[in-house]
Amino acid sequence: MAKDKKEKKKDSTVTDGPTLTLEEKLDMYRVQVELRQFEKRAYDLFLENFVKGTSHLSIGQEAIAAGFAAAMRKDDWTFATYRGHAHTLARGVPMTPVLAELMGRENGLMAGKGGSMHLTSVEHGVMGSYAIIGAHLPIACGAAWSAQYRGTEQVAVCFFGDGTVNIGAFHEALNFAAIWKLPVVFVCENNLWMEYTRTSEVTAVENPAADRASAYGLESIIVDGNDADAVYSVASRAIARARAGEGPSLIEATTYRHFGHSRADPGKYRPDAEVAEWLAKDPIPRYHQRLIKEGATEQQLVAIEKAVSVAVDLATEEAKAGKAPSPELLMKDVWADGGAQWRN
Amino acid sequence: MAQLTFREAIARGIAQEMRRDEKVVFLGEDIAAAGGVFKGTVGLYEEFGGVRVRDTPISEQAILGAAMGAAMTGLRPIAEIMFADFFAVCWDLVVNEIAKSRYMTNGQMTFPLVIRSGNGGGLRFGAQHSQSVENWAMMIPGLKVVVPSNALDVVGLMAASIRDNDPVIFLEEKALYASKMEVPDGEILDTLGTAKVLRQGTDATLVALGNMVPRALEAAEELASRGISCTVVDVRSLVPLDTQTILREVSATGRLFTIEENPRLCGWGGELASIVADEIFYDLDGPLVRITTPHIPLPAADVLEDMAIPSVERIVETVFRSMNS
Repeated sequence: MAKDKKEKKKDSTVTDGPTLTLEEKLDMYRVQVELRQFEKRAYDLFLENFVKGTSHLSIGQEAIAAGFAAAMRKDDWTFATYRGHAHTLARGVPMTPVLAELMGRENGLMAGKGGSMHLTSVEHGVMGSYAIIGAHLPIACGAAWSAQYRGTEQVAVCFFGDGTVNIGAFHEALNFAAIWKLPVVFVCENNLWMEYTRTSEVTAVENPAADRASAYGLESIIVDGNDADAVYSVASRAIARARAGEGPSLIEATTYRHFGHSRADPGKYRPDAEVAEWLAKDPIPRYHQRLIKEGATEQQLVAIEKAVSVAVDLATEEAKAGKAPSPELLMKDVWADGGAQWRN
Repeated sequence: MAQLTFREAIARGIAQEMRRDEKVVFLGEDIAAAGGVFKGTVGLYEEFGGVRVRDTPISEQAILGAAMGAAMTGLRPIAEIMFADFFAVCWDLVVNEIAKSRYMTNGQMTFPLVIRSGNGGGLRFGAQHSQSVENWAMMIPGLKVVVPSNALDVVGLMAASIRDNDPVIFLEEKALYASKMEVPDGEILDTLGTAKVLRQGTDATLVALGNMVPRALEAAEELASRGISCTVVDVRSLVPLDTQTILREVSATGRLFTIEENPRLCGWGGELASIVADEIFYDLDGPLVRITTPHIPLPAADVLEDMAIPSVERIVETVFRSMNS
């Protein structure tokens, strides 16, 4: 494993680190296909008004979630943002409760009390999805501190978008993690756009996260976020480093969201040529081709796609069959005793 | 039994719980070897070491984020925000993250953490180091808010806050740090959500919090000499709020005077007055009166600051006039 701190990896496919068997790669393919098909379904259910409120899709960015999840230990922690469906599912959370949560049903992951932007499954190590930009970076530091204090060798992996690098909490968390040598991996999913504004237009450096790394004594790392193998490799290295007590990492994964920022945004502000360029770099067909080259058969891959499709249909039915949350949930769980009582 | 200052009581309460439970850890700015800017944490670093008592950079969001992440994964962190005014730079962590996450996750997470902070005026520090923010904290669903008024309560309520499974905002009145009292030896554990009746009277009930409690007691003494017999209730905990004790004591005298250091608008006394008006209106013999800091930022000059924060004289005059009108 390379540990040379001066080493710079820019826009290169990282090939060092542990390698995956074909079987493991097929599973990483399955995960990406599941995330894609799930979110396409979620989008359709929006159009049919089954899913209310807002939603932020990761379509086009699946390789990051899949690559990291494959590199994480079961008891490691994920901290996600409001664009968190993919990171939640990638950790093994079943589709039905996630979809039911989006639909505001009682069989939802949080019984409908959180919604699309706050997916959480503690039993799967998904320690929350946070919808205030930057807020969860310090929180991930806290989980990492707890692992360090208790000596559990758990690692916190914290995903965020490129827009996050310009908010104060990002810088507080990076410095804090570095000085306390915390086992946390910060992952900037750089999809080039904040909401409607190109990140480069509002950021003082070219590479929004990687160019900030040196300010915190960290290696500057950029990885092709549309290549699950490359992501897996970089993730494994950073996670191993964290687990070994060598401190945090900051990884910038370059990617692109195929859709707009959120449900309300058709993404028209982006030049057609740019969108076309990135659609051509879609991580899923790319991975499909690679697996064929590496010895998988077309039938194997099609079987995976079909199985996922059946599972998504089933999850849709199960989610739709869920009841509306019962009224007593309204006044539950403000406090640890399960209640909402603030006076006697 | 030993004479203990309010500031020594802070360290005593924390130390008692750190000895008892290894999961209790403590972080903040200048809290370790320096012993805190108000010297409220002297000796903790020496006893428990740098792993459990840990200095941080000036990064309030990182401090509270770290506390939250540690709490959700099984520790019982205590975080210090040096001056309560500084909550404004990390309020997102308090309000959107710590306070909401248990509810949002349908009870999947608990946050057994304490955020201590130096609160209130009287030290001539000017507007950005003097505000009483108990009303900021009180209005947020998901936060418990504790404001002790004396050293004994500091120890017991600190212990109760650390053992509590919910986030507690523990406000330490800066003006009281030097105050002293006899505190028994041995373990002290109090109960959150319990008000204390400190003086029993027949004519009026003065309900006070934190730094206003000693002033209410002194005012009650003075008022007694002018023929008005006052009950004094120390609220101690705004959330949970011991409404029953307060309602009982207000019913008994028929008059409520709240004595609040927070600026007037949306101060805790407004909520209390509303509860009293709703629930025991027909027990009242006169108007509900709030004695508060005016709706202004606090000035630095001693003369002006003393005019702003409710003084013993202002309490006495206000109660006296109201009782005789």
